[in-house]
This record gives sequence, C-alpha cells and structure tokens, in this order.
Amino acid sequence: MTEHQATYLQHHFEDADQQFEASTLGMWAFLVTEILFFGGLFLGYSIYRSLYPEAFAAASRLLDYRLGAVNTAVLICSSLTMVLAVRAAQMGNRRPLITFLILTILLGSTFLGIKVVEYSHKFHEHLVPGPSFHLLPAQAGEGNDPQHAQLFFAFYFAMTGMHAFHMIIGLAILGVLVYKSWQGRFTSEYYTPVDITGLYWHFVDVVWIYLFPLLYLISRS
Amino acid sequence: MAQHVIPQKIYILVFVTLLLLTLVTVDVAFYDAGWLSLYIALAIATTKATLVILYFMHLRYSSRLTWAFVATGILFLVILLAFTMSDIFTREWLPGW
Repeated sequence: MTEHQATYLQHHFEDADQQFEASTLGMWAFLVTEILFFGGLFLGYSIYRSLYPEAFAAASRLLDYRLGAVNTAVLICSSLTMVLAVRAAQMGNRRPLITFLILTILLGSTFLGIKVVEYSHKFHEHLVPGPSFHLLPAQAGEGNDPQHAQLFFAFYFAMTGMHAFHMIIGLAILGVLVYKSWQGRFTSEYYTPVDITGLYWHFVDVVWIYLFPLLYLISRS
Repeated sequence: MAQHVIPQKIYILVFVTLLLLTLVTVDVAFYDAGWLSLYIALAIATTKATLVILYFMHLRYSSRLTWAFVATGILFLVILLAFTMSDIFTREWLPGW
C-alpha cells in the first residue's frame, strides 16, 4: 500500500484524499469556465432568436428532430456507461472498467456519426452559411428574410460544432484511459483521471441537454 | 479512498428518468402552448441537467467547496443571460428606437 501510494501521491499533498479533492475541484473550476464559454453562444442565440423569432422558428423546423432525439438518447446512454466505468474504477474492477470505457467510446462515436449524417444533409440542402447558402421561399416562411435563416444556421453550426469538438477531445481522453486501464494503472485507491474525465463527459452531455430543445424543438407546434 | 460508491440501481433510475424526460420534451414540443413552450422545454432540460450534475457528476456527495464553485458558475451565467436579455427586451421602451 505505502509502496504503491508513492507512485501516484505527489509530495505536495498531505494524503490521497486531499490530492483527489484538489484534482476534482480543479476540473470543476475548468467546467465553470466552460459554462460561461457555452453561455456566450447560448446568449448570442437567445438575442437573435428574440430579434427574428419567425425566421428562426422556420429555420429550426428544417432540422431533423428525430435524429436530434436519437442523439440525445445515445448521449444519455454514454453518460450511463461513463458513470458505471467510474464506479468500476472506484471498486477496483479492471475488466468492467475497460468494458464500460470502450462502450462509452462506441456511443460517443455513434453520436458523432449521426452528427455527420445531419451535417451532410445540410450541405446537400445548401443550408450551410456562406456563398452556397440558398433557401427556397417555402423554407424561409412568408415574409422572412433568408439572411435571418442563415444566421440561425450559423448559430446551429457554431454551437453543435463546438459541442462535437468537445466530444472528439473527450473520445481521445477516453482512448488514453482505456490504454492506462489496460496497463493496470488504476486501482480503488487511485482512479482520479477516470473520475475527472467522467465530470468532463457529463458536462458535455449537459450542454447537449440544452442544445437539443433550443435548436430542434421549441418552434414545432 | 473516501469517495462514496453509489449503488448501481440509483444510476439506472436516473438514466431511465433522463430517457423518459427526453420523450416528454419531444412530445410536448408538438402541443401548441404558445410562449409557454419555451419555458416548458427549459424546465425539462434543467430537470435533466440537475439530475446529471447531482448523480452522474456526484455533486450531491461532493464537498461544500465544490458546491460553491458550481454555484458561482451558475450565478455568473444567470448574470450574463439576464442582464443582457433585459437590455434587449427593454430597448423599445425608449423613444427613438
């Protein structure tokens, strides 16, 4: 125990508990900056949605809410497998830890795969902001400026794109965790990297929990 | 380590609740609730986010210092959103806009 502890306990910490507490608190501090980073995007979206409600509502109906809903379910499943991976690590069960980490990677990749399908539809339909953006009069809705719909899609791609970028980083970190678990680096005494990766992964889930209704749903009726 | 191991059935219960709330939010989006539909969607999303933060991110079992960090983040998010939107919504009150 003491011999093992020496390999992970940094000399500037009193004990393993204090080191763990400092690590998780540091992750939460980072997540607070992330709340405000995504908060800025949500704020910009709220401002322009309130300025051009009809154009934004018509544009948001062009999104496929079914794919969005399936992706929400996929992400919730990945949060469950992530939390079960952390639990397996807490109890020092190496096999289930590796299995749940790999399941989380598979579900995260499924989410990104569905996102690729959605994005490619938008490219084919000329709904990506830029010179090729083109909206049929029926899509814009009566009396709406197509430029305002383009603004909606700029927010759509910026917000879901930043979210997907966070997922890609999360998947890379999960890959490293699988490798380290395979090497047997984590025990019930030391699993801090698994725990704080879990915090990050669930935070990315929380962002999607807000993105899904705000982008896909609130103008359906 | 001192961290509390939460029973698996609590995680499963939270997971099932999250999936049910996702179905509910999709379903209610098609009822014409007027301006309320935005607030219904936000209320459901906030319930889901709270469940994820309390149980999956085990904030419920975390130190009070962690609670203070999270509360600070949410407080500043509310300031960012509320103050800016109150500016946007009240501009028409002034003559010349």
